[in-house]
Amino acid sequence: MMAIPSRHKSLALLGFVLLAQLFMLAVQIKRDSRGRLIRVWSISAMSPFERGGAWGFGKIRGVWDHYFALGSTARENEALRIENDSLKLTISQLESKAAEADRLAGLLNFRQSHLQVPMVGARVIGASAGSASRTIEIDRGERDGVRRNMAVITPDGAVGKVIEVYRDASEVLLLIDREGGVGAMLVESRIQSPAGGTGEPLLAMKYVAADDKVNVGEKVVTSGMDKIFPRDIPVGTVKEVKPGSPFKQILVLPAAKLDRLEEVIVLLTQAPIEFSKEAETPSSPAGNPIPANSGGSNAASAPIAKAGKP
Amino acid sequence: MNDTYELRGAETHIEVHKFFPGAIVFVVIVALVLQAVVPVYFPSFRILDLPLLITIYFGLSRRNPSTGLLLGMVIGLLQDSLSGATVPLGFYGIGKTCIGYLASSIGARLDTEHPAARFALIMGFFVTQQAILVLVRRLLLAQPEPWFNMHLAIAAAVNAIIGTFLFLMLDRLRRSS
Repeated sequence: MMAIPSRHKSLALLGFVLLAQLFMLAVQIKRDSRGRLIRVWSISAMSPFERGGAWGFGKIRGVWDHYFALGSTARENEALRIENDSLKLTISQLESKAAEADRLAGLLNFRQSHLQVPMVGARVIGASAGSASRTIEIDRGERDGVRRNMAVITPDGAVGKVIEVYRDASEVLLLIDREGGVGAMLVESRIQSPAGGTGEPLLAMKYVAADDKVNVGEKVVTSGMDKIFPRDIPVGTVKEVKPGSPFKQILVLPAAKLDRLEEVIVLLTQAPIEFSKEAETPSSPAGNPIPANSGGSNAASAPIAKAGKP
Repeated sequence: MNDTYELRGAETHIEVHKFFPGAIVFVVIVALVLQAVVPVYFPSFRILDLPLLITIYFGLSRRNPSTGLLLGMVIGLLQDSLSGATVPLGFYGIGKTCIGYLASSIGARLDTEHPAARFALIMGFFVTQQAILVLVRRLLLAQPEPWFNMHLAIAAAVNAIIGTFLFLMLDRLRRSS
């Protein structure tokens, strides 16, 4: 066995004795804010290993969780996907309800502005099955006071007229149907002419003389001469004017969004309606026609006023 | 243990001195008592560090590093214990352990019998111990302490002068070879 040189023994002894006394000092000395020095040293010495251990375990756990223990992740993903689909559906339903609420609010506003006019709100429950005709079916009929040839409008403007009435439903011929039409009048020039459907989204004013001056963008309202629509209900806006002989060819963009009707108003009278203000206000943000009677899905079906003969 | 013998190096031979039985213990106790009692009546006596002088003397005389550091440790710890509650045990112990080791190591290599050499060594060890104490104060106790100032320089000189004469007195405790 190799003997340790005396000089090294004394050095080792020196180191041991000094360490022992340092330890003794550390046990006695107390720092005001950090406790005894031995504790400070212990924590200072151990904290790097603790941090290293925590970092290492965190990494290992992360690798395990992200690359190996994926069973629960797959299940969780599936649950989240289902939840996400459900939430999307809920959002869609809520958006639809919000839009409906806006439309019904418009209807209510319209009704409150015309308390003297008997009218009934109706929900569109069907549309023509083919493209040859442009009709809609509403959930109001004889029991609600609806009769043939009553005017159907939205707060935006004229929609059409009732052509068939059943017990609890009615059929409405839209203005844009080839058979549809309305007595119309240009607001600025006061020129009157029937506006009829063309089977296209636009109406045509067929009897405006060639020498009459018509401007694109001019407003068109009902004239009341058809004995169906009261005067001054918005019909649309002149979109195109072509010269012709003996009549101009005038195309009118309907004021009501006839391709997106959900709620309408059936006028139970032909009394004149001041429509000029309302035609500007009750439109929904989406530009939908805003018929109204508040109260959810049945609101549009509730009578706005007591039905009577037109 | 009872005889004087010689350490023979390559070129020099140095005596290792032995002392009468109990002499070391007696001197240490007397030095500690004086260090603890005399300053009560003569405050200027504090400038002396008798335990340090005793550590240096026996370290230089015994010339065994292990013995020197252990003796320094014992003297230092006793001085700590007599220095009141504000001085933690080990404060002087560390300093005197180092001084005991250094004195023994130097004593084993150099002839330290000449008064001039003793004077210089005492000065050097005093400064070294002061440096160790300041280091301990700064690092462990977090107490600001000047490394050296004029007071310490005077103290080093006074200890060296007193120590030189003290060592001559302590030489009488040696056994003759």
